Amino acid sequence: MFTKKNILSMRDFSRSEIDLVLEGAEKLEKYALGKKSDLLQGKIMANLFFEPSTRTRLSFESAMKRLGGEVLNLGSQEASSISKGETLSDTVRVISNYCDVLVLRHPKEGAARMAAQFSSVPVINAGDGAGHHPTQTLLDLYTIKRESFLDGVSIALVGDLKYGRTVHSLAYALAMYDAKMFLVSPEQLKMPDDIKSDLKDLGAEVIESTSLNDVVKDLDVLYVTRIQRERFPDPEEYGKVADSYCVSLDLLNDVRKNLIIMHPLPRVNEIDVEVDKTPHAKYFKQAFYAVPVRMALLTLLLGD
Amino acid sequence: MERELRIKSIHNGTVIDHIRAGQALNVLKILRITGASKAVISVAMNVPSKNITSKDIVKIEDRELASDEVDKIALIAPNATINIIRGYEVIEKHKVQLPDEIEGIIKCANPNCISNTKEPVSPKFVLHEVDPLQFRCFYCDRILVGDFIDYVKT
Ligand SMILES: Nc1ncnc2c1ncn2[C@@H]1O[C@H](COP(=O)(O)OP(=O)(O)OP(=O)(O)O)[C@@H](O)[C@H]1O
Ligand SMILES: [Mg+2]
Ligand SMILES: [Zn+2]
Repeated sequence: MFTKKNILSMRDFSRSEIDLVLEGAEKLEKYALGKKSDLLQGKIMANLFFEPSTRTRLSFESAMKRLGGEVLNLGSQEASSISKGETLSDTVRVISNYCDVLVLRHPKEGAARMAAQFSSVPVINAGDGAGHHPTQTLLDLYTIKRESFLDGVSIALVGDLKYGRTVHSLAYALAMYDAKMFLVSPEQLKMPDDIKSDLKDLGAEVIESTSLNDVVKDLDVLYVTRIQRERFPDPEEYGKVADSYCVSLDLLNDVRKNLIIMHPLPRVNEIDVEVDKTPHAKYFKQAFYAVPVRMALLTLLLGD
Repeated sequence: MERELRIKSIHNGTVIDHIRAGQALNVLKILRITGASKAVISVAMNVPSKNITSKDIVKIEDRELASDEVDKIALIAPNATINIIRGYEVIEKHKVQLPDEIEGIIKCANPNCISNTKEPVSPKFVLHEVDPLQFRCFYCDRILVGDFIDYVKT
């Protein structure tokens, strides 16, 4: 039974609730591919985006429309002029009168949880500052489930593991599936100790490494994230680090046959375009899976 | 000798005893008891004590503080005891208990937290760990550790 009124943070999810979303997504995939549906006919979703986003906003919109629902869009331009005039809580109280579900992206951490207190309809957190982005985690899990397997998966999380909070919530969720996790990052961007110890408490096997080369042969999933230039005061240092975590054909010489490579996109140069042609590349498939997963969340929240 | 109190006996009211030395004024701050309130208040600081090296004591006349009112001082005075005085006698005594949730007393250390904006919500925290004491922001999940008096809203 799915009893959530809102989708705010992965912290609120039990494993069985995650499974429910993933199973829902599987059933809805055919509609994401274009089959007609009127599952959410008569329902209205409002996109309330106080920060620019294309992928997340469009995939929500696609999910809603393909299930026969309608979408109201408040873009970042409009939203920012609103936010000068009134509080988010007032905006949410007003907009929730016009829709059945509200999708919120906001620069302040905790914005979605606050919005849920003022909204008369369910709120989905589509990213709050450096905070949570639970629908991204769910679609990552779904991609792993569909293209590889979740239980006991051997996965490397690569890149900025210190500030990348979506990596943290993905790691938490994976721990619930007894994943073997390789945390691969430069020394300066290692996963914080408290998170690592939480992961171990949850039963995950956690192995830290600074070298992608050392671990790549033992992986089912290679999850690559961006290392941001701003994290490095020295541009030369940044260049060296970024290069050493770049996924190229060379790296993939002795990997497992079924290895999948994921990336939340957009990529800059973390993955060489040459890799796109290999059967390992699943990042565009991952972008597609955003739609059935968001469909599943919408139907779970709006279904009667 | 027991009768020879450092502060004169009160007829009715509340004695907050065993406050960590130096924290008496912060206790009053958390309880929002200021000079502006009419109550007669006595404060004794750095009083020698049997159990702890020294302690602070606060006595509030003619006011019986309910436990949900005072429990929040456990943030900075975890060993404090609350004594309710009637007719010069202690008629009720209990230790402060760390609340599972704290609302409106401390503010979030994360400058980018929604509770630190003009939004009409008061900061709220959930007990995360008892030793060492940690509270988690209900909104942004930031964990607060250390000296909680630094986080008390002014
Ligand atoms: N009538 C009163 N007026 C002011 N202070 C009082 C009065 N009665 C007791 N107190 C103070 O209240 C506190 C608790 O009193 P109590 O007689 O229970 O002492 P105690 O046996 O030392 O208690 P504890 O074990 O909590 O230290 C002491 O600090 C005492 O000085
Ligand atoms: Mg005593
Ligand atoms: Zn906060």
